[in-house]
Amino acid sequence: MDLKLGHYNKDGIEVVDVEGEIDVYTAPRLRELLIDLVNKNNYQLVVNMEKVEFLDSTGLGVLVGGLKRVRAHDGSLDLVCTQERILKIFRITGLTKVFGIHGTVDDAIAAKKADR
Amino acid sequence: MATVEVSFTPLPAHVRTARLVATAVARRSGVDEALLDEVRLAVGEACSRAVEAHRRHCPAEPVKIEMTDLGERFVVVVSDSAAAAGRPAGAGAPAPAEDHAAGRPGAAAGGPGAASGAGGDQGAFPPGFGLAVISGLADEVRVVSTGSGLSVQMSWPSVLDRTGSAGAAGAGGESAPARPSGEPAARPPRSSP
Repeated sequence: MDLKLGHYNKDGIEVVDVEGEIDVYTAPRLRELLIDLVNKNNYQLVVNMEKVEFLDSTGLGVLVGGLKRVRAHDGSLDLVCTQERILKIFRITGLTKVFGIHGTVDDAIAAKKADR
Repeated sequence: MATVEVSFTPLPAHVRTARLVATAVARRSGVDEALLDEVRLAVGEACSRAVEAHRRHCPAEPVKIEMTDLGERFVVVVSDSAAAAGRPAGAGAPAPAEDHAAGRPGAAAGGPGAASGAGGDQGAFPPGFGLAVISGLADEVRVVSTGSGLSVQMSWPSVLDRTGSAGAAGAGGESAPARPSGEPAARPPRSSP
């Protein structure tokens, strides 16, 4: 399986479930989904990466692009990720300072509500 | 001569194939399991860079990967031919080899504000970002400008067991069973990477 995407709304926040590998081949699909969600006025996003098996700089670029889009509407994009193999590329690139990264979807939603 | 060579059409779909092959060869060469994720990521970054360069300049030319087991080092070289078609005339002689010591690019992203260019999310990061990521993953990295394109050379340490053949001795059940001298190592069946 390359990439499987799903999304649902919880407490007014759009949660995107990502499963599989995010690379130069599959990243465009995630990009399209994030753009589509923003176009439909979803500016509070949580991307659940717990089932992501691979993430490269193309995937990082998509996430940064999504973050830029929601911030243009005073929104936010947070991540759920506890896998060290995925967190590694965030650490290498310094993007742990850019994204809110949480241990569970509920934690991410709670943090967003606390920010409001 | 490389242990394994792969040439592939410069399509994004094939980058995953290259990652899987490189990881499998790295494992066979005795690279520690803990480093295989880095091999996968670094090779993927190098191949993605080469694929994008070929798609812009020479989409009919294959991207080439050479993977070599040097006993105590596992070396991967990803080479593109993009300069042959895409570089302006008078680009001059190939640049000298640039040695990138293993290190961390740190906040190479510069945050979302670093975005530039009109290439969608590709503009989210400055040019060379993929190479910066590679330098944080591979033990040693060299980027060499050849006459035809760019060659990204990455290497990691591999373990040589006492029998003289590469192997991650004792790691995850991969040690070779005892055997009479002169016979090749009998490897247990492996699951796919």
